[in-house]
Amino acid sequence: MAKTMPTSVAPMPPVDGLPVERSDPFDPPAVLAALREERPISRLRYPDGSQGWLVTSYPLARAVLADPRFSRRRELQRAPRRIAFEEEHPGPSEPGFFIGMDPPEHTRYRRQLTAHFTVRRMRDLEDRIARITSEHLDAMERHGSPADLVAEFALPIPSLVICELLGVPYTDREKFQHDTRVLLHLESSFQEAMGALVSLREYLHGLVVRKRSAPADDLISTLIADGALNDEEIAGVAVLLLIAGHETTANMLGLGTFALLRHPDQLAALRADPALVENAVEELLRYLTIVHIGPTRAALEDVELGGELVRSGEVVTLSLPAANRDPERFDEPDELDLRRSATGHLAFGHGIHQCLGQQLARIEMRTGFNQLLARFPNLRLAVEPEDVQLRTDMAIYGVHSLPVAW
Amino acid sequence: MRINVDRDICCGAGMCVLTAPDIFDQSDEDGLVVLRRQPEAAEADVAREATQLCPTGAISVADEG
Repeated sequence: MAKTMPTSVAPMPPVDGLPVERSDPFDPPAVLAALREERPISRLRYPDGSQGWLVTSYPLARAVLADPRFSRRRELQRAPRRIAFEEEHPGPSEPGFFIGMDPPEHTRYRRQLTAHFTVRRMRDLEDRIARITSEHLDAMERHGSPADLVAEFALPIPSLVICELLGVPYTDREKFQHDTRVLLHLESSFQEAMGALVSLREYLHGLVVRKRSAPADDLISTLIADGALNDEEIAGVAVLLLIAGHETTANMLGLGTFALLRHPDQLAALRADPALVENAVEELLRYLTIVHIGPTRAALEDVELGGELVRSGEVVTLSLPAANRDPERFDEPDELDLRRSATGHLAFGHGIHQCLGQQLARIEMRTGFNQLLARFPNLRLAVEPEDVQLRTDMAIYGVHSLPVAW
Repeated sequence: MRINVDRDICCGAGMCVLTAPDIFDQSDEDGLVVLRRQPEAAEADVAREATQLCPTGAISVADEG
């Protein structure tokens, strides 16, 4: 006679690596929604074999990000999926990479930068961003229909803006855009990714040294003049800002345009009322949440979270796309609704590491979407929607290219 | 309603200025939060929203009076 199964509910097996496969380009993997409903904090098996946690609800994700008992120190993290630039057992963050530090080190770096990314300073850049955007749309028109929106528009605009802000010569873009791409590609080997990172760091270190003797009106020169950080630290900060300024906004513009083209009623609403763009940007940030792998935090002590005991040293992965689709926080979360108030979304994170460049990103997106729609009243996809290549394989989600016609 | 700001824990994200620019500012020197003035009764909701959006809890409501 067969053994009878125990009647009590067996503990569900851990999730094996953070899921990234999607059935719809705009929706997070369906398994994340199921987890959020059943067990918003669940066991996750990390690729290195360790066990930690996966958080999929809005309140728990927000709570972890705001809680100093959860550390961002790089050497304590474990990658929830294999990503080239994340080692299985990472060392401490390099000088300047304050994204992988806790206070007081994190505070020391961030304080050097906050004055340069205020709402006011970013608004001062608005005219320049509008000119850059308009020039790229001119070039796209000259290129003629069809064109790749990523190559002509979504990538070059944020790239040029962050380069100008930092003082990185845009003429060197082939080099640093290539390195950034290798670094963030999930299929790059660890050696390839580290090679790209070293290459970026050496390039920017050389630039810092040159600017020390020939300063200009840019952020790197200002950091040199302020005197609080050494050359190695400034190079690290510059690598971080250069990477952060590239792929994030680029993918919001690319994937955001794809989403608008696939939601004609929403697109029409934005065309009819360009003032809606401020709201639309927040909703696209929420709906698309392109940071789809991590962030992670490591518990510095035993912490009770959502009815589970997270033990000291265990790593917690937060799914921001799942949190931003939490129906407890946003009504009809799977609907793209440009008129809703999506403020409070976690697309830029939360807590002391919340995105430093978020006000810049907002202006780039507002300007980008409004000018794009005004310039091309008949903008449409030039391929079938299922043929758009999605970046499930990249650390930042989005589209590899977006062929459009007009 | 009375608002307190704590510059020691502000991370300069700017959500307060974006939400309630009449009440909050960021210093040009260090980018950290500056309380321009206390909210008026009619501004209680927007002030509370700024409090909730602050990523580090640097803005708090001292009293509801």
